[in-house]
Amino acid sequence: MLDGNTTCPKNIPNKAGVGYKPQHLNSILNNPTAIGWLEIHAENYMGDGGRPIAQLKRLAEQFPISCHGVGLSIGAEGHLDIDHLNRLKKLENWLKPALFSEHLAWSTHDGFFLNDLLPAPYTQQTADTVVAHINQVQDVVGRQMLLENPSTYVMFTESDRSEIEFLRDVAKRTGCGLLLDVNNVFVSATNHGYSPTEYIDAFPLELVGEIHLGGHEIDADDYGDDLLIDSHSRAVVDPVWALFDYTLQKSGPLPTLIEWDNDIPEWEVLASEAVLADAILAKAGAKAAV
Amino acid sequence: MNVDQHEFTAALLNPDQATPKGLIDSSGRPAGKRFDVYRNNVVFSLLEAMRTAFPVIEKLLGQELFHAISGDFVRKHPPRLPILMFYGAEFPKFLAAVELLAKSPYLPDVARLELARRVAYHAADVPAINPEALGEIDPEQLMGARFQFAPALHILTSDHPIIDLWNFNMIEDAPVPEPSGQIALISRPAFDPHMAAIGADTALFLTLLIDGQDLTSALEATAQAHPGFDLSAALGIMLQTEIITKIDL
Repeated sequence: MLDGNTTCPKNIPNKAGVGYKPQHLNSILNNPTAIGWLEIHAENYMGDGGRPIAQLKRLAEQFPISCHGVGLSIGAEGHLDIDHLNRLKKLENWLKPALFSEHLAWSTHDGFFLNDLLPAPYTQQTADTVVAHINQVQDVVGRQMLLENPSTYVMFTESDRSEIEFLRDVAKRTGCGLLLDVNNVFVSATNHGYSPTEYIDAFPLELVGEIHLGGHEIDADDYGDDLLIDSHSRAVVDPVWALFDYTLQKSGPLPTLIEWDNDIPEWEVLASEAVLADAILAKAGAKAAV
Repeated sequence: MNVDQHEFTAALLNPDQATPKGLIDSSGRPAGKRFDVYRNNVVFSLLEAMRTAFPVIEKLLGQELFHAISGDFVRKHPPRLPILMFYGAEFPKFLAAVELLAKSPYLPDVARLELARRVAYHAADVPAINPEALGEIDPEQLMGARFQFAPALHILTSDHPIIDLWNFNMIEDAPVPEPSGQIALISRPAFDPHMAAIGADTALFLTLLIDGQDLTSALEATAQAHPGFDLSAALGIMLQTEIITKIDL
């Protein structure tokens, strides 16, 4: 159990940031006011040296950095990988990122890493395991983490509580914060036939330290119903912008990340997504100030 | 109908296996195609990692064959680490066992070269000594010296022209490879891996120095195996490739 926030060297502003891609390095450095902050995938910076780490050190001098893990497998039935936890700690120690987050998902089983964010049933047993894992992460890394709501494509017959009840319980028992991925809310709500705005209404927004936005692909399930796939390969769609706006009207402005990890566009395209997010953030900020 | 992660994983990696029964949609119907999203994500994302790791193998095999062989590889050898930068260490051996590729015996060594380049790319940064520093050392002292080398350094011996094959596929106007063996010295002077073809004598000499022998012992053993060994040429290569990080006198 970890109480409250640890202090961060460079705080993330309540502005739009983007997921860092090396092909955008020069554009970012030449135009440093375009975005408020950057997020990196922790696992890409776990080598011993070379260009990736040199670039990250350079960027960290100028921008607040958020460290987003994609390989810890917090939702795994088995133990966390101690070696991997120590690699995260090492990265945290030199980078001192302003935010640190991971997923409510699993990706490693029996020593094999499956490189996807896989779903777990919402049960007492899963909650107990996730709580133990998050406590361990926060103990080893020595700071609060944010836990991200997943995009899911299937449900489990054994689930006996809602995703929000699950997240609320885990956050309460570990002191972790939450990362609200608004695109994931839209994707999961569509895939499972519930209302995304009702999900936001029920979500503990007071625990949210960061928002994610991204693009998804549209497929269909065996019955012809929409099946949305969280691909991070496109621009954010209008209904997700609307849901983001709806969320901020309730939460006030929050650090907001544009994720674009596949079919990565030119910098200008990504930067224009950040401009759109900043406009909605500014509107929410103005409302909060009234 | 609980679905444990063992059952989930087995179905994930085997497209012929049925979707686990405890997975459903929100109406309680079997998950069916929905589960395939996870199957596709796993295989496609690992295929992308393979394409990033082995661009020359992909060119040599052609996209279609590379995808077929890599698709088989990623299901049989999923990563052991949640870090993909070093994924594919078993790929050279895997390629060697593919019967269809028996006519291209150079493929496993080209894959080894691509792996070595990636390891060098992510190796720790340790600056090389200034070349002039070597000239300032008293020759007698130098003969008893031991050398420390850059973490990026790797020597790869092949019966095939691996450097020329790499260049031919990655660099415009590179000459067509001649059938002959090559020994590659892989280093990383700045941020990009560098390859130099070295002789068997230099390779032996370097290997002995890397093992911790002093200059005289390494020289004597190398000269015995390769009577024409040219020490100053070997030292020249070592300076040029920026692999010496420290000289212990």
